Amino acid sequence: MKDTTATAAPVIEAKRLNLVFETGDGPVHALKDVNLSIGKGEFVSFIGPSGCGKTTFLRCVAALEHPTGGTLTVNGLTPDEARRKRAYGYVFQAAGLYPWRTIAGNIKLPLEIMGFDRAEQDRRVEQVLELVELKGFGKRFPWQLSGGMQQRASIARALAFDADILLMDEPFGALDEIVRDRLNEELLKLWARTGKTIGFVTHSIPEAVYLSTKIVVMSPRPGRITDIIDSPLPRERPLDIRDSREFIEIAHRVREGLRAGHGDEV
Amino acid sequence: MNRVLPILTVLAAIVAIWYAATVLMNRAWVYDQAARAETEVSFVQMIPLTMDQERPVLPAPHQVVTELVKSTIGTAPTSKRSLVYHGWITLSATALGFVIGTVLGCLLAVGIVYNRAMDMSVLPWAIASQMVPIIALAPMLTAIMNTFGATPLVTKAVISAYLSFFPVVVGMVKGLRSPDGMQLDLLHTYAATGGQAFFKLRLPASMPYFFASAKVGIAASLVGAIVAELNQPAGLGARLLQGSYYGQTVQIWATLFLCAILAALAVMVIAAVERGTLARMGMAR
Repeated sequence: MKDTTATAAPVIEAKRLNLVFETGDGPVHALKDVNLSIGKGEFVSFIGPSGCGKTTFLRCVAALEHPTGGTLTVNGLTPDEARRKRAYGYVFQAAGLYPWRTIAGNIKLPLEIMGFDRAEQDRRVEQVLELVELKGFGKRFPWQLSGGMQQRASIARALAFDADILLMDEPFGALDEIVRDRLNEELLKLWARTGKTIGFVTHSIPEAVYLSTKIVVMSPRPGRITDIIDSPLPRERPLDIRDSREFIEIAHRVREGLRAGHGDEV
Repeated sequence: MNRVLPILTVLAAIVAIWYAATVLMNRAWVYDQAARAETEVSFVQMIPLTMDQERPVLPAPHQVVTELVKSTIGTAPTSKRSLVYHGWITLSATALGFVIGTVLGCLLAVGIVYNRAMDMSVLPWAIASQMVPIIALAPMLTAIMNTFGATPLVTKAVISAYLSFFPVVVGMVKGLRSPDGMQLDLLHTYAATGGQAFFKLRLPASMPYFFASAKVGIAASLVGAIVAELNQPAGLGARLLQGSYYGQTVQIWATLFLCAILAALAVMVIAAVERGTLARMGMAR
């Protein structure tokens, strides 16, 4: 176990970040004055109702959206520079595996694009398949796997090129509770083993509390941060930690934060 | 096996209706002949006489089949009376036209997907091109091609391609655009180049659309080749026109059936290639 949260410069830093979409019904303030600093090796969850800008923030970090005001740095670079340096792996809400490629072929996709040689590709595929517990499934096609397994394959794909940052946009949102619990547990193990910095969007309070070292509570119209909670839970977390008093207290504070965000809007 | 019975039932119904129509449409000639010979024919005597005429309004099914067998198997393929001879001429023009049309269609689709100016302008022209009746356009194209010294094969292939590029353009534009925003975003996060996005995502994603279009395209190619042959000395189109000049209805119908059989075979060939390709891509379930 390593404690790296306190070291050096933040991996992701937003200062007075604003994003306004111009729509037919006038401007929409998707992000308003967002200040956030994420250190190396942190697991940060973004939680809030739809329209609160949690996905938008993650997409800004990935340079898939472009802020209209403020500053945002990733590894000290602009998001677009960081993207070109392949600083992060992104996991989307749907697995989005190519149906014409095997699981191994899908994991190789970023490796082919980034120009890894054949032997290295094969080595990495084996390595990440083991990491997401899909060993032996490399030759299968996506449709031969369950939804949970497909999502694990898509996580493997994001891990394959070994970026330091992993951005996950509601990766388990479409899965049932049981599969979700298991994947959460596995994700924590994977995080402990790889020491990556993880940004995780969710709308499940237990998921956010269970996974995170830092929980960012957001609320909509305009999308903004209402609370940032540094979790006192230890890094090693068995599933039954969710019945502990500490866990319930944090969950309560998240719920309060969400309610407060809603209160001044209604 | 359980598909055979319904198919045979429909086939039997078609043949029965056809025979009934043969009697109805050819009986006038039988009664006319009888009147001229100042004899009477009964209803029962009339029926066989409607099915054995040399130039019937509607030939009976067995006459068509007999003619088809005679002019394919029963005639040397080198003879100008052989439908194999004419069929081969048409088929080679169809194949060449299909290849030209498919390549052209794919290139146009790539242009439409990647170039905004082409996106705004090409498709209306492509649609307009299909509004002009090919039967009106074919002689003019032939005249133009002749001034360039093109062989009949090339001339017919160009007219074939004129018809077959269209479904390919429409299908490939749809296919190349079929990857959703998430899949394109994913490649963006890998900082993939445009070429990589094309060959690794857009092109493979478009394959099912390509084969659907190719099946329509090959049938259109055959129609194009046949129409183009209406002013050529040989080929199924030429054979159809000769039949119509000399009132050889049996010959026309036999040729028509061969056209239909060739079209079906061509589509089946594409379908087989499709099955093979999609299976290799893991997309056949």
